[in-house]
Amino acid sequence: MPVHDPLMAEGPPKRTPGEVLISVEHLDAGYDGVAILDDVNFQVRAGEVFGILGGSGGGKSTILKHMIGLVPPVSGSVKFGDEDIVGADGEALERIRRRFGVMYQSGALFGSMTLLENVRLPIEVYTGLPDDAMTLIARMKLALVGLDAFTGHLPSEISGGMQKRAGIARAMALDPPILFLDEPNSGLDPITSATLDATVRRLAENLGVTFVIVTHDLPSVFASIDRVVLLDKQARGIIAEGDPRELRDASPDARVRAFLRREPEKAAA
Amino acid sequence: MPAAALAISDLPDGRRVVSLDGRLDASTVRDLWEPAHRAVTEAPSRPVVVDAGKVEYCDNAGVALLVDLVAQKREAPVEVANLKPSIQALYHQFDPQRVTQDLDPEPKRRPAIEELGRAAYAAWKDIAELITFVGELTGALVDAALHPRSVRWRDVWRVCERVGADALPIVALISFLLGMILAFQSAVPMKRFGAEIFVADLIGLSMLRELGPLMTAILLAGRSGAAFAAEIGTMRVNQEVDAITTMGLDPVRFLVTPRIIAALLMTPLLVLFSMLVGLIGGAITMTSFSIPVVTFLKEVDSAVTLTDFLAGWIKSFVFAILIAGIGCLRGLQTAAGASAVGESATRAVVSGIILLVVVDGIFAVAYYILNI
Repeated sequence: MPVHDPLMAEGPPKRTPGEVLISVEHLDAGYDGVAILDDVNFQVRAGEVFGILGGSGGGKSTILKHMIGLVPPVSGSVKFGDEDIVGADGEALERIRRRFGVMYQSGALFGSMTLLENVRLPIEVYTGLPDDAMTLIARMKLALVGLDAFTGHLPSEISGGMQKRAGIARAMALDPPILFLDEPNSGLDPITSATLDATVRRLAENLGVTFVIVTHDLPSVFASIDRVVLLDKQARGIIAEGDPRELRDASPDARVRAFLRREPEKAAA
Repeated sequence: MPAAALAISDLPDGRRVVSLDGRLDASTVRDLWEPAHRAVTEAPSRPVVVDAGKVEYCDNAGVALLVDLVAQKREAPVEVANLKPSIQALYHQFDPQRVTQDLDPEPKRRPAIEELGRAAYAAWKDIAELITFVGELTGALVDAALHPRSVRWRDVWRVCERVGADALPIVALISFLLGMILAFQSAVPMKRFGAEIFVADLIGLSMLRELGPLMTAILLAGRSGAAFAAEIGTMRVNQEVDAITTMGLDPVRFLVTPRIIAALLMTPLLVLFSMLVGLIGGAITMTSFSIPVVTFLKEVDSAVTLTDFLAGWIKSFVFAILIAGIGCLRGLQTAAGASAVGESATRAVVSGIILLVVVDGIFAVAYYILNI
């Protein structure tokens, strides 16, 4: 009986990409005026699961922080439709931020609140719905990630994988069309990791949510991501963009093939 | 025209039709929630059809409304009809009966007697841990005295700077104000009897025997005790304490001993500094009552003996061990989660101050009995 190799997985069926939701243009990524990546350009389309890949210290999380407006880039722009999050402040920044949710690497749940309260919080702050409605929506969000039986638990009482799923539920609380996930599979066992991948696919396919996922978990990349950009520290930018399975099998760049096949001696830095 | 609307019609066959129209999102569901609810609950025996044929857009708030209506417990059923396929996909993700149920309810409140038992057990456990900790700490300190090279002196000096040098400004400010306030409060009534000079006796005795050591210790409990608890607590949460243990090191020797030694070195110095600054504060204040600084100091010298000074200063060594010890213990007792670190810091300050006051009281009784 053949053994299933997650690194050689065929992945989800191809889908027709939608309109451009996010445009990263001529972005010099870095901190305090010092760029670590130069002239980064890519677009994220509606409904796709988009991955930002690269080795550790390659600038993946820095790009994410620029995209969600937490840290300003050295130069360049990140446009959501016509609005540029770089330099936006006050109402404009709030308006852009309402369009996306973020799941941080550790889940970043509030430790003193139950899972239900964590997910309810943004609904309470932004919607003014009746109390019953807010609780029901929070429960529905937790049900979507399989946590409706843990609504009364504190984050410290559940596992790391459950915390990440609860983080996704909170990020989805206001039905944002875009979800950013920072290293969603790190530290998870294979089964939990696969469950999370399936959740991402289901949300993308059923609800049309667009995902931007920062990761270097290759089985998850091949299982759930439609399109990726691969960052390289030495090249100070993107060295490949496209379907991760096609890049793995047929990229003309040996570094890209090596990275996606986990071949250390030839891989991108 | 409203973005969403609700209409109710009762059919001759006994069914009620609740028609929804427009965009069902958070902004419109807010207004529809109560009337839709009422339409379903006011006639419990009448079957209800929620006609969603004219719903153009529906987000999770809209789906929540449909789910909530269908899940209502009533005699006749509620059903949703004519959903567009895209909304149907959203709606059918949920089992209305399951999702409206609290599957993880808060545990029932325990009976008072059980609560009392648990509180008593927790108090006993805390005392047992405290006794164990005191034993481990004594062992570690004896070991440090016998083998000084085993002490991590670089850590000791780093903590000394934070506990001692960095605390100088706050100790100076509080002690100066304390001396000043004592002088003002006592000089005004004493002046009526022409006895202002005895204010120097009062300030000298109280700063050296009692207030200097106690106030410095309370400041350090709030400042350094909490810092020790938070620092070690964070290490506990980040599994750094586990790493120390699995490396074969003893967390008490590795983390607690340097902090206790640093506190033992710095607290007595800070107490000396506090006594001096308190006296300066009093002396400066008394100049406004025509008592020169030299006269004030001579009066202090005549009223305060070396025994008084030592009675106060010796306490600072005990206070140092209490503050650092309780701070480190609370840090090591930290449970999981970010809020646990804050809880440990609070517990360190509260139990530190309580212990300080209790021990100070014991000193007072002992000095009285010993006639010191």
